[in-house]
Formats: sequence, C-alpha cells, structure tokens
Amino acid sequence: MATDDVVLTKTPRPGSFRVHQRHRTRSPLSWVRGGGLSSLVFALPLLVTFAVFSWGPIVRAVVMSFQKTNLIVSEWVGWDNFQLVFSDPDLPVAIRNTIYFALLALVFGYPVPLVAAVLMSELRRGKGVFSALAYLPVVVPPVVAVLLWKFFYDPTESGVFNTILGWVGLGPYDWLNSSTMAMPSLVLEATWAAAGGTVIIYLAALTSVPPELYDAAEVDGASVWRKVWHVTMPQLRGILLITLILQIIGTAQVFLEPYLFTGGGPEKSTLTVLLLIYQYAFANSLGGNYGMATALSLLLAVFLAVMSLVYFRLTRSWSTS
Amino acid sequence: MTTIDNRGDVNPVPLPGPTTGEPTTTGVPVMTQRADRRRKPSAPQEDRGALSSADWRRPSVKYTWTTLHVVMAVILVLWGLGPIVLLAKFAITPTMDINADPLGWFPNGVAWSNVTAAWNDIQISKYFWNTVVVAAGSWLTQMVVATTGGYVLSVLRPRWAKIINGAVLATLFVPAVVLLVPLYLVILHPPIIGHSMINTYWAVWLPAGASAFNVVLVARFFDSLPREVFEAARVDGAGPFRLFWSIVLPMSKPILGVVSVFAVIASWKDFLWPLLVLRDPDKQPLSVRLPTLAASTDTGVLMAALAISTLIPIAMFLIFQRMFLRGAGLGGAVKG
Repeated sequence: MATDDVVLTKTPRPGSFRVHQRHRTRSPLSWVRGGGLSSLVFALPLLVTFAVFSWGPIVRAVVMSFQKTNLIVSEWVGWDNFQLVFSDPDLPVAIRNTIYFALLALVFGYPVPLVAAVLMSELRRGKGVFSALAYLPVVVPPVVAVLLWKFFYDPTESGVFNTILGWVGLGPYDWLNSSTMAMPSLVLEATWAAAGGTVIIYLAALTSVPPELYDAAEVDGASVWRKVWHVTMPQLRGILLITLILQIIGTAQVFLEPYLFTGGGPEKSTLTVLLLIYQYAFANSLGGNYGMATALSLLLAVFLAVMSLVYFRLTRSWSTS
Repeated sequence: MTTIDNRGDVNPVPLPGPTTGEPTTTGVPVMTQRADRRRKPSAPQEDRGALSSADWRRPSVKYTWTTLHVVMAVILVLWGLGPIVLLAKFAITPTMDINADPLGWFPNGVAWSNVTAAWNDIQISKYFWNTVVVAAGSWLTQMVVATTGGYVLSVLRPRWAKIINGAVLATLFVPAVVLLVPLYLVILHPPIIGHSMINTYWAVWLPAGASAFNVVLVARFFDSLPREVFEAARVDGAGPFRLFWSIVLPMSKPILGVVSVFAVIASWKDFLWPLLVLRDPDKQPLSVRLPTLAASTDTGVLMAALAISTLIPIAMFLIFQRMFLRGAGLGGAVKG
C-alpha cells in the first residue's frame, strides 16, 4: 500500500472536491490525469501577474535600495542610498509634517465617525438614508474632491468658506496659502473624504452587539448613558483598535492631498514622506534617484510594520472583548 | 494594489456568503415595559441598540435623543450633500457669479453652456471615455485573475496551493508605496516583451490584476460553496474547465458583483499610478487630466468637468447602495 501510487494524506476535508493524492511514482501522464496540468493552467494568470507586478517588484525594491541605477546599468552602492536619505535636510521636515498630518487626522477624524455611528445606530427609522449620506463623500473621486475643496478654500473674501465664516463675522482666512493653516485644511478635506467608510464599519460592528447585554444592563438599572458607555463602547473596542492602526498606516502614506492642494508648500509646511519619495523618483525630469526613493519607501514600510507589531502586542490584553 | 491609498479609508467589505440572509428587522410589537424586559432570548430578536422601547417612552430620553438626531441629521446633510450640491450648482452657474457670490441662488441665471463647453471644448468627452477604457480593462484583468486564482486555491487545491496562498496573503502586508518605483521600472522595461509599456493602457490594466484582496475575497466565497455540487458535476463527467465555467462562476454572481463594483470605482478614483504611466494627455483618464486642466480652465467649465467626472461613481453608489453599505462582513469578521 505504501508504494502504491495513490495514498490518502491526512483526512480529506469532508466533501472536498479533489481527494488529496500523493503519487509516489510520478510520471507526467499521471500528473496530467490527476488534474495537475489544469490546476497549473488555472493558476497561470495569478502566477504571472503576481510574479511580474507584485512579488517581483517587492524583491526588486529591496535590491534597488542598495543600488544606484540609471535604468541601463545598476551599480551596487551598499548603504549609500540610506545615508543620502538620512542626510537630506528635507527628511526631518517631511517626517514632522507626516506625523502632524496623522495626529490632526486622528483628532478630527477618529471621534467623528464613532459618535456618528453610535447616534445613528439608535435611529429607529431612516438608518439607511443616514448611512448613505455619510458614505456619499467616499465615492467622490479623490481628485474631484481636492479640486472642489481647493476652490472652497479660496482665500479671497468671496471664497466659499470665507463667505460662510463671514456670516458669523470670522475671517477671511488664508487657508492653503498660510503655512500654519495649510495642513489643517488638508486634514479637513481628507476627513470629509474618508470618514464615511469608518462610519459604515462601526455601524456594522454595532449591529452585532448582542441585545441581551442591553437587556441585562437594564435589569441592573443602567441609565442610557451608562449603557452606551459600559456596553456599547467595550463591544466596539476590538474594531476601534483596528481602525485606529489602519488610519495611522493610511495617513502615514498621505500623498494626494499635499500633492494636489499645495505641492508641499507653503514653505514645505505640507511636504510629507510620500511626497518626498515621489520627488526623489519622479520630480526630476532628467531621471529620478530611484535608489533613494526605494530606500525611503522601505524605511517607511519597515517602520509601519514594526509599529503595527508593537501596537498589537501592547493592545493585545485589552482587545479581547 | 497599485493605488497609493492616501486616505487611510477602509472600504467596507461586504464579506460574502451565499446564504447571507437579510437582517430581518422584525418590528416587535410594542409591549408593555414589563413584558419587554421579560422577553425571552428565543423570541424574535428586536433590532435594538442601547435604547430600549421603554427608554424611548421616557420624555427626558426622548427629547435628548431626538434633539441629538435632528442635529446629526442637519450636520450629515451639510456634510454629505453640501459639497456635492454646491458642485452641481457651480456646474451650471456662470463663472462670474461663482467667483463673486458663490452661495447666491443663480443671481444671473443658469449657464448650461458650462456643461457643453466642458464636454466639447476641453474634451472631457475624450478623457471620460479614456476613464471608461481604463476601468473596463482593469475590471477584466482583476476578474480573470481573481476567479481563476480563487478556483485553484479554493476548489482545485493542488499541493502547491498553500504556498501560493501564503505568498498572495503576504502581499497584503506590504504597503503600496514600496511597489511604486520598482513597478514603474517593470513597466518601463517589462520582461520578455522588451519594449516599454509607458503610454499604453496595459500599464494600468495588468498591474491591477495583482490584487491579493480580490483573490482572497473570491477564494473565501468559493470555499463557502457546497462541495456536493462539485462532486455531482464531476460524477456527471464535468472536467475542471466545465466545472469552473458552468458551475462555480454561475454560483458566484454575488461576489463577482461586489468585486466588479469595487474594481470599477477604484480604477475611476486612481490617480498616482495612471499619472506615472500614462504621460500622453490623449490617453489620460479624467483623474489625471483634471488637475492640469484646472490651471487653465474657466471656473464654471472646470466645475462642470468635475461634476461630469463624479456622475458615474455616484450613480454606481446609488444603484449598488446595499453593496457599499452592508459592511457587516468586515466589522463582524474583524471583531471576533
């Protein structure tokens, strides 16, 4: 039996389509008969696209960060690219701005969807309409959103936001033209564009809160606010922790807003890490410094990976609800 | 995979399941407070939140929460509809009025000419069709790769499927920014073909296929299909190709719909990648072309162009609303 050509390995999954077979004496013919060839044919699109456009480039990114390349010849340069990146005076500026963006995005964008979702989930009618309204900005193409908001941020007195604020006697403000207000303006638009997605996630999580918990809290005489605070919030803890880290990972890679709103200005006040990577690689028409660009993007990726690991390690004890 | 997702937004993923029943909101008849509290767990579950029907009858709770809901409604309308309605209004307002009095109610009438000027004079029509071509091709490659790949990983399951599965999953953890430059160089000097794919739509279509997310989503759905049907088909003599085409795909329409809608929306939104690889303005989609046009176009016409670019995504959202809003899967799956 052991040398027979078909041996059942492990216990096959119940109803598994193809019983796992192991051919001790494999011939091309038995391989084809066993479905090996057709499996390969079906896997081909995936294998080719991933090899060429995903796995290959990921490996190449690591290699390239140690090389200097002008697209024809690549020269091995060791840690030079990383040294160049670290000696770039723009790097600390970009890091500071990216952290600032991420922090502002947390302050603006993290509580808003949560409050909205908790309020919405208590609606007895029209939940669908409200969630659709909240989600609508998410489907607006980002480029359109930015160009539209750029117009809203018109610094003259007849700009849309300045007109509205003018009704209550504020402004006019410089918005994108001021190096202190530019970043908050970017974050405001980014929050508008993204918050709806988070609202939907929270709403979904809220529907899975077991009603018995509320019933039990009522039996114990809990008030409405105590129910929200002591039942709803703890039930959302897991998802809140995940959206927090996902938002940080997302905002650390912010590109579109600074690129289209301000191009990094005024006075580099909105230069972010991704914008810097873009500038290394593509802003110079003579051919970019691809080595430096990949070196910085790898650094960012490693930093985000380490941060996520530490984050999940630290929060593991309270994420289990 | 190639989009640099700068938003940090998480698309709600309706996790598939062929038997996803609609959340039945059985309107539980209003009982007395006591009866309500004594409700047995086995009774049809009330779709309730923190507030019970009893709470709603208490005047203090009722007024506070109604006020909160009204305030929220006003804010949500301003937040969700405000900018979009303004965009629609600007699209048909003469430029002079937009600049002088942006919030006035058509002081000098409506300018439908903005729309025709955008469509014809600044050739939004051309870029619109380019966007359609980009989206259609990206959709096709994503569908082919995700369905065939999912079929191998979930249904055929050769011995090496585990390795492939792991390698596909691993790419989910690599931020898109790492791929940006090396992927660009692949497009510049692709293997085998030999000549650059810059300024061809292949440069956008093909990398779109390498989406681990789609493969995982489709494979998970295939996992949930009843194996007995496959067995029956096999007994009846269906080979792997027949099984794929006549059994698995027709049974998977829900997930194929989800992947399709998200694929089209994502490629409609994509900016950085097409900007890098489609340098020829005649080939560029709307998202890439609009910022360039913004600098040199009359405000009213630009607003009309922006409005036209938003039409398709908003229409798709309104048609497939449930698909977007039923994010139940991700929330539930991640929470556990």
